[in-house]
Amino acid sequence: MAFGRSSRNRRPVEPVTLKILVAGGFGVGKTTLVGAVSEIRPLRTEEMLSEAGRPVDDLDGVEAKTTTTVAMDFGRITLREDLVLYLFGTPGQDRFWFLWDELAQGALGAVVLADTRRLEDCFAAVDYFERREIPFAVAVNCFEGADRFPTETVQAALDLDPQVPVLMCDARDRSSVRDVLVAVVEHAVARVDRLREPVTT
Amino acid sequence: MDGMSADTSRTPGTPGDPQSSRWYDADAGPVVRPYAMTRGRTSSASRHRLDLIAIVMPEPAADDPGRDQMLSPEHVEIIELCSEMPQSIAELAAGLDLPVGVVRVLVGDLVEDELVHVTRPVPPAELPDVNILREVINGLRAL
Ligand SMILES: Nc1nc2c(ncn2[C@@H]2O[C@H](COP(=O)(O)OP(=O)(O)O)[C@@H](O)[C@H]2O)c(=O)[nH]1
Ligand SMILES: [Mg+2]
Repeated sequence: MAFGRSSRNRRPVEPVTLKILVAGGFGVGKTTLVGAVSEIRPLRTEEMLSEAGRPVDDLDGVEAKTTTTVAMDFGRITLREDLVLYLFGTPGQDRFWFLWDELAQGALGAVVLADTRRLEDCFAAVDYFERREIPFAVAVNCFEGADRFPTETVQAALDLDPQVPVLMCDARDRSSVRDVLVAVVEHAVARVDRLREPVTT
Repeated sequence: MDGMSADTSRTPGTPGDPQSSRWYDADAGPVVRPYAMTRGRTSSASRHRLDLIAIVMPEPAADDPGRDQMLSPEHVEIIELCSEMPQSIAELAAGLDLPVGVVRVLVGDLVEDELVHVTRPVPPAELPDVNILREVINGLRAL
């Protein structure tokens, strides 16, 4: 193994960890998508919210009377012993944008899952990632019975930047989801390349 | 800070209020009481906020068999989990069925005791390393 000193010294490899967010309306298939590629059954973690509506890191016994928890689904893909990708499904509702902020910090990119029968459900997510300049791809989850539209139609309906990848996908299908993730990361690379353009190599 | 507890007018999910029920999807968890586990301690300001995907790695001292008496069962569980396999804050929270905020405090304790250390993910403001991104693409394609 080429990484570090994997001697007898029993020290495990410190992996580089990255994350991709999966956003979109309720019921659009976020959890399904995470489960389709995750090597672990999608896990669920909870963040406590105070009534004031921010994450409670300060666990002050006096003030934290009633807290609510919001669940986030996530999955893991170990790409190599030293490279691990996490997928996080964003909590569905706009009100939890502050959790998105935490999730979005350091995210390499995002998937916006869309359902053409209720495209408006993903407007908030598109807006969010555009504003924070987080590279994202739109994946149209093709439910049976939903009309198929050309990607250009979706692109126009969402008023997307022409560079933003739009893909048809089946959130239940591993290779389909893998293609979506590859599109996100390629888009992220292209963006970095653009931003670094003036730099000589 | 009185008056805070009196304000129940914004309690979410009030039955019959279609507006409020929209805020929570089926994934929203129950309302829970505060955790006594951290004994009301706040995570110290000097500690950086542990990222969800920061990996908790055991230090050699974590093998010390005498340690257990000084630690809460939750601390011990964290050490055991990450000794089996280093894992992220998010995974620990899921594995222990504890909110992330609680796990952050507990892991912070263990960092202070030098029983574990925590990897620092890419600083958010920086552009990601393109070489790493390409490795991610290759890794995904090989799935
Ligand atoms: N037919 C079909 N059903 C799907 C697809 N993706 C998700 N579902 C189903 O739609 C429902 C909601 O999916 P879920 O992943 O829980 O949505 P989430 O709320 O975005 O996490 C579940 O019953 C899934 O089995 C899909 O591509 N095709
Ligand atoms: Mg879900």
